[in-house]
Amino acid sequence: MSLILGILDSGGAAAGAAGTYESISTVTVGAGGSSTITFSSIPSTYTHLQLRGITRSTRVITQTAFRVRFNSDSGSNYSYHGLYGDGSSAQADAGASTTYIQLPRFSGESATAGIFGAGVIDILDYANTNKNKTLRALAGVDRNGGGDIWLNSGAWYNTNAITSITLTEASTGDFAQYSQWALYGIKGS
Amino acid sequence: MTATYEKIATTTLGSATTSVTLSSISGSYTDLVLIMQIASNSSNTLFARFNGDSATNYSTTRLSGTGSSAVSDRESNSSTMALSNYAYPLSTLGTTTHIFQVFNYSNTTTFKTAMCRGNSASDGVDATVSLYRSTSAITSLSISTNGFGGTSSLLTGSTFTLYGILKEA
Repeated sequence: MSLILGILDSGGAAAGAAGTYESISTVTVGAGGSSTITFSSIPSTYTHLQLRGITRSTRVITQTAFRVRFNSDSGSNYSYHGLYGDGSSAQADAGASTTYIQLPRFSGESATAGIFGAGVIDILDYANTNKNKTLRALAGVDRNGGGDIWLNSGAWYNTNAITSITLTEASTGDFAQYSQWALYGIKGS
Repeated sequence: MTATYEKIATTTLGSATTSVTLSSISGSYTDLVLIMQIASNSSNTLFARFNGDSATNYSTTRLSGTGSSAVSDRESNSSTMALSNYAYPLSTLGTTTHIFQVFNYSNTTTFKTAMCRGNSASDGVDATVSLYRSTSAITSLSISTNGFGGTSSLLTGSTFTLYGILKEA
């Protein structure tokens, strides 16, 4: 026996977290790709930020990483750690005094068409001017026989409020068409 | 700014069942998040299917903590999407939690990528990324612990809550 639940009112008013989780803006990459995805003029009215998206690179490779910077800071003010599974073993990655936070690998141009990596990136207490900023991420790509799943953390050693976020591909590629990242704000109590 | 993260449906099982299907999912959102607290009468992996598709269109890459080591494995060309490995549901309610996220589920251009975080205090933790090789919009989502063919069941009291997240236009 199986249970089938019909969802008759998909846009129903019952909202578990509505009112505390707001969509701020979305970037969808068009034909020809884009070298960066930037969210600017981020209001400081939330407690945390969350980025959700799907990504593919134009670089001719099966998968590639991407990077994040805050407030266009290109100084050596970042660090990161990652724990990932590549389908055969658990691995780790890290960087210190880097000019970016490195984030998980996504599919590249050599992957089967239609395959995009996905991720959720939480940026905590982003507007607090009394401490440095940290993020965490769960992200990855499965390519039906290849791919990685990642757990990441990253730090930006700066107490300024984050007002812009820039994503770039880790090497020479661009974000491919249909890559899409959406920025959300999470309010505190 | 648009408030989002809306509860679409929720249910608590009143009796044991082999699978749960959330159907007629509207395409009004960007991502889906399904939060599950499941008990099962067999220690078996949690599986998902979309749109009732039983063809070999699913694959998964997993990272797991077993309690003694960190391991990774994968399943390819599978007829089900495996959502866990060591964080499998147990017979006691409240011992496991799974958070299953489906990205851009209603777009008809790309294949669909999903991720799941499974947590079992007694057996392990999993993080999975999965691929559904279809460009069709996802309109139904099914969950099972028996691979959609065995005899194990989702037990009474198991809960499923589906949320929709909408992006700013």
